[in-house]
Amino acid sequence: MSNRLLVASRKGLFFVERRSGGGWAIGRTAFLGDNVTLAVCDPRDRSLYAALDHGHFGVKLHRSDDAGATWTELPAPEYPEPPAGSEPEISPMSGKPIPWKLKLIWSLAAGGADQPGRLWCGTVPGGLFRSDDRGASWTLLRSLWDLPERVQWFGGGLDYPGIHSLCVDPRQSKRVVAGVSCGGVWITEDDGATWKCQADGMRAEYMPPDRQGDPNIQDPHCVAMCPDQPDVMWVQHHNGVFRTTNGGARWTEVSDVPPSVFGFAVAVHPHDGDTAWFVPAIKDEKRIPVEGKVVVTRTTDGGKSFAVLSEGLPQAHAYDLVFRHALDVDASGNTLAFGSTTGSLWVSENAGDAWHGVSHHLPPVHAVRFAV
Amino acid sequence: MAHVVFTDNLKRHVACPPADVAGDTVRSVLDRVFGNNAAARGYVLDERGALRKHMNIFINGQPIKDREQLGDPLADRDEVYVMQALSGG
Repeated sequence: MSNRLLVASRKGLFFVERRSGGGWAIGRTAFLGDNVTLAVCDPRDRSLYAALDHGHFGVKLHRSDDAGATWTELPAPEYPEPPAGSEPEISPMSGKPIPWKLKLIWSLAAGGADQPGRLWCGTVPGGLFRSDDRGASWTLLRSLWDLPERVQWFGGGLDYPGIHSLCVDPRQSKRVVAGVSCGGVWITEDDGATWKCQADGMRAEYMPPDRQGDPNIQDPHCVAMCPDQPDVMWVQHHNGVFRTTNGGARWTEVSDVPPSVFGFAVAVHPHDGDTAWFVPAIKDEKRIPVEGKVVVTRTTDGGKSFAVLSEGLPQAHAYDLVFRHALDVDASGNTLAFGSTTGSLWVSENAGDAWHGVSHHLPPVHAVRFAV
Repeated sequence: MAHVVFTDNLKRHVACPPADVAGDTVRSVLDRVFGNNAAARGYVLDERGALRKHMNIFINGQPIKDREQLGDPLADRDEVYVMQALSGG
C-alpha cells in the first residue's frame, strides 16, 4: 500500500501523502512555478525522477535521492546529429522535417531488479533512450530509431510522435513494451537490440478504410501491463479500448464501453489482469466528460462489463480531462488517484467505489504516480 | 571583447554571470562562455547548437538574424544580451 503520490503539474511537483488520521493532503512541493511533465519513483532504490519542460529553457531531468528534499540535475537525453549528407526525414502528416531534437520526455521506466542503474526514457519525437547509470548518461536506441517504420509515425495531439508508455516485463527485464502515439505498440525481447511492432487487432478510425488496420499508425494513448500477469495488457486507444492476453501478439477490441470509448489513461490491477480502470471523455473532437459528469469506469471481468463509478466526483458542469499519465493504481490494487487539466486531484482507497477530492485548485495536472 | 549578459531568469536554474569574451561571431563567443559553463549551454541552445525557440539574443539592442548557426558578426565592445522571449511562458 502506498502512502505517497507524486503529482506532476504545469506549475510544479506536489507530494501528496496519506495522513495518519485518514485522508490525503499535499505535503512537500518542488519546482514550484515550473512545468513538471512527469515524476516517477524507481522502486528498486526509491529514487525519484522529475522531467521538466521549461517553455524557454527546454526539457530537463532531475533526480532526488532523499525523497524530494533535494534534487540533482541530470543531463537530458540528447539526440545525435543526423548522418552527414542525409536527406531530412519528412513527417508523413505535416510534411515538415522531423527534428533530431528532444522535444519532451514522455515516459520513464526503471529496468529490472537484475539491471541496477537501468532506466528507459521515451520521448517526443519518438526516440527511446537507455541509461545504465541512473540517468547520468543516455544513449538513443538506434535499433528502433533507424527502423524505416519509425519515419512513418506521426503526432497524435502533439506535433511529432512520441513514446508515452514503457512497460518492463517483471519476468524478464529484456522484454520491454513501448506504446507510441501514433506508431502502435513496439516490443523488444532482447533488451532493445531488436524490435517488433505488435498492434494487430487495433483499429484506427482516423485513417482511410484501407489503412485502418495498419499496426504502425495506431494511436494507443496509454499501454498498461498487469505486473503479475504480464501477458495481459490494456490499451486506451484514440477510438476504443483494446486488450491482449497473449503478450501483444493479438489485440481484441472491447465493445460496449460506457459512457464513451474515448479517453487517455488506463490503469490495470497489479495482480488481476481482468481488472482495469479508465477515465472516459466524449470522443474525439470534444474531449470533455460525457454530460459534464466526471466518472471512472472499472471492469473486473476483462471488459465484458463495466461499472461507472461516480461517488465523490462532480456530476454537473464538470469539464475535467485526465491525461494519459494522470491515473494510477498502487501496488495493493486498492488505492487509486487521478488528476485533471482543471487542477483537481482525487484519491480512492476502495478500488474506485468512492473518491475523495484532495484539491481542486492545482495547476493543470500532467501525471500522477504512486511512490514506494 | 564582447560583453555578454544573460537573463536573470536563468539564475535559479544555473549560474551564468556576465562575461567579457573574445570572439567575432555570436557562436564563437557563446562557445567560449559555455566552454567554461557546460551546465548553462542546454538552457540557451538545443542539442544542435541552435538558439532555443523561446530565447532571444540581442546585439546592441537588435535581435540576431541567424538563430540556427549563430553567425551574426560581433565587433569589439558589442553588448550581447541573451534573454527569454515573452512567448513560451
